[in-house]
Amino acid sequence: MARLANWLRLAAMFVAVAFSATASFPVAAGVDLPRLEKGKGDKCVEDTQFMRRNHMDLLKHHRDDTMRKGIRTTRHSLKKCVECHASEKSGSVAASKEDFCAACHSYASVKLDCWDCHATKPGKKDLPLLGQSGTAVNSSPLNSIAQPGESK
Amino acid sequence: MAHELCTNQMECRTSQFVALLALGGVVVLGALYAFFTLEHHGHVLTGMNNQIVWGLPHVFAVLLIVAASGALNVASIGSVFGKQVYKSRAPLSGMLALALLAGGLAVLVLDLGRPDRLIVAMTHYNFNSIFAWNMIFYNGFFAIVGLYLITLMDRKLKGWSKPVGYVAFFWRLGLTTATGSIFGFIVARAGYNSALMAPMFVVMSFAYGLAVFMVVQASMYRWNGITLDEGVRRRMKNLLAIFVGGSLYFTVVFHLTNMYFAKQWEFERFILVDGGIYTKMFWVGQVLIGGVIPLILLFIPRSNDAKKMCFCFAAPLLVILGGFAQMYVTIIGGQAFPLTLFPGHEVNSNFFDGVIQSYSPTVYEWLLGMGGVGVTFLLTVIAVRAFKFMPQDDFHALKMRRSTD
Amino acid sequence: MNEQSKQELDESNDRRAFLKTGALVAGATVAPGVLLYGVAHSRAPEEGASGSKRWGMLIDTTKCGGGCNDCVTACNTENGLSGETGPQDSQWIRKLNIRDLRTDYVQSLPMLCQHCENPPCVDVCPTGASMKRADGIVLVDRHSCIGCRYCMMACPYKARSFVHEPLTDQNPEVPRGKGCVESCTFCVQRVDRDETPACVEACNANGHNAMIFGDLKDPASEISKALKATSSIEVRADLALNTGVRYQGI
Repeated sequence: MARLANWLRLAAMFVAVAFSATASFPVAAGVDLPRLEKGKGDKCVEDTQFMRRNHMDLLKHHRDDTMRKGIRTTRHSLKKCVECHASEKSGSVAASKEDFCAACHSYASVKLDCWDCHATKPGKKDLPLLGQSGTAVNSSPLNSIAQPGESK
Repeated sequence: MAHELCTNQMECRTSQFVALLALGGVVVLGALYAFFTLEHHGHVLTGMNNQIVWGLPHVFAVLLIVAASGALNVASIGSVFGKQVYKSRAPLSGMLALALLAGGLAVLVLDLGRPDRLIVAMTHYNFNSIFAWNMIFYNGFFAIVGLYLITLMDRKLKGWSKPVGYVAFFWRLGLTTATGSIFGFIVARAGYNSALMAPMFVVMSFAYGLAVFMVVQASMYRWNGITLDEGVRRRMKNLLAIFVGGSLYFTVVFHLTNMYFAKQWEFERFILVDGGIYTKMFWVGQVLIGGVIPLILLFIPRSNDAKKMCFCFAAPLLVILGGFAQMYVTIIGGQAFPLTLFPGHEVNSNFFDGVIQSYSPTVYEWLLGMGGVGVTFLLTVIAVRAFKFMPQDDFHALKMRRSTD
Repeated sequence: MNEQSKQELDESNDRRAFLKTGALVAGATVAPGVLLYGVAHSRAPEEGASGSKRWGMLIDTTKCGGGCNDCVTACNTENGLSGETGPQDSQWIRKLNIRDLRTDYVQSLPMLCQHCENPPCVDVCPTGASMKRADGIVLVDRHSCIGCRYCMMACPYKARSFVHEPLTDQNPEVPRGKGCVESCTFCVQRVDRDETPACVEACNANGHNAMIFGDLKDPASEISKALKATSSIEVRADLALNTGVRYQGI
């Protein structure tokens, strides 16, 4: 039993060391902040700071609304994100490490699984910024989180 | 004698213990290799397809899970029905149940299309789904049997072992009922769609679980150079015979019922007469190797030495092999037989409608499935080494009892 | 479909999108709460699927040609399927040839997700990823699909496929990917902008007119009228699933 305890202690130490090493790696290596390509149009559908913090919530919320309820507003739809933010060079948001989504997410080391299913490039027949119909509906981004698609 | 049994003799043979660990570890590594490869390339590398959607990994997984609930039976007979011989085997039985379930679940999880979303499966439950209920039963099984093991092995909590044992017993009945119902509730397919699936799985779980227990017990005794008491052996032999007989009985009733329904004739002909590998698996594997031969082995009179071999090792081993064949026939045979969309019509399409689907598992499916066995093996070897799971019989009390039995 | 009619279709799409936007802005500014666009029979993007509709399909097997594969091709194009027919390839709609064993009468028909009212796939799904929308369309929510494939075991119509390989270059409107189960969606992205599913459109555009798509709950719809006027069946009616897809002529 005592031997087992020693083994466990050793294993725990290894894990702890490995963990702290990986956690501090980007800082130690001095990785540059990601440089993001500017999207099409004047500005994003929400304030940039707000988007940085909350884009995932908006997307997740919109995804459930569209998928489960058939609500098809475009303001916070992933498809529209892709249309504006697809890179000039690769035509995609996640094809190379410089592309909009991939740049930040690889820097922050947050794995994305959107692109297993969703297209990373805008559709051929879709015109970017078509109508911006969503903007007329929701007055505030927070409002749209709290009350899905009911503000008419 | 009693003194000898109390010492955990496995402690002394470290090199052999490490060899066993390495063996189990290699098998588990193989499964991990298969898992990461499939995670990267998708199930395109397996033999599974849109017709045979559940393949070899599921055969292993369901067999292990069903055997898990059955392995707990030895403990239940001790705690719930108060049999002393089984009481002393309760800790080993509980530990084996946990190890088997862990192995089975590992395969099930590693075969998922999106194993990275396991957290979704643990947080989103559709309570109409028997599969969701199974997940609750599996998780609960770990908790309850874990608690049960503690009450069995901690002297201070010994008093709790009976009530907790009761809970564990009913929980395991629920679990196997739910596992059988995964197939029983499938209305679409000729091979499933039967209320009989649940009780049949329960009885089969008794047989497979006890068989695994007996094989492990026999290995432990042999490893330690100890002979299992004749009386204990006789009891377990009879019990296994009853369970194997019960499994055969349910198999007969299941197929007889189907043979009475004209709409099921085609399916019955497929399984019993001209289904190729499935027919062979059924008659040779499930019926002969898993049923008839073990019964003969268990009851044929032999000399004392040969008996030891047959009762404790060969017969239960055959029952396990038969269990594998049964799961193969049930799970894969049930899918290979085509869905009937238009009764009285011959159907064809380029989506394999109306044809018997062939299935040839690739190495990845074998690696995944064997990995489940490896997990069970590894957990068992470690647990047996670290704790006192060796059944310890109080032979004086046993002799007293035997005279009254 | 020829190139010109395709272009016309795209133009009409844009026109419709423009009209909808206009109606939306008018609705929001002129009279909040009043559904101006309700008159035009199209719903606003934020409105969502409604339980007052149930989408369904009627397939006339007497008009369905044995060698014709137009619906399948259209489906593959719309939804970005490869069109390959190996055992591991996805097929959302397929052509079945059936022969009556006693009379030798041969028929051909498309088989697809039947969009049951009581779908077994939804019942068995452990995570609730298999789901039925308010308007009766049965879908897989790939965000919570874990790829267990129990729905494929449970579907009586073999309507579902599992994606066995990583995919790229999906149609932006039809996300699909490795490790999840998928099936016919009634082209939900088209239905939501008031179009018919691609298979129905192709069948009609090519002059076969074997498929009618519409709202089963609306007595004035073409499909309701057709169903009332003729005898139709659901496949595997013994299961009492009340399918949204019905067949006439079998």
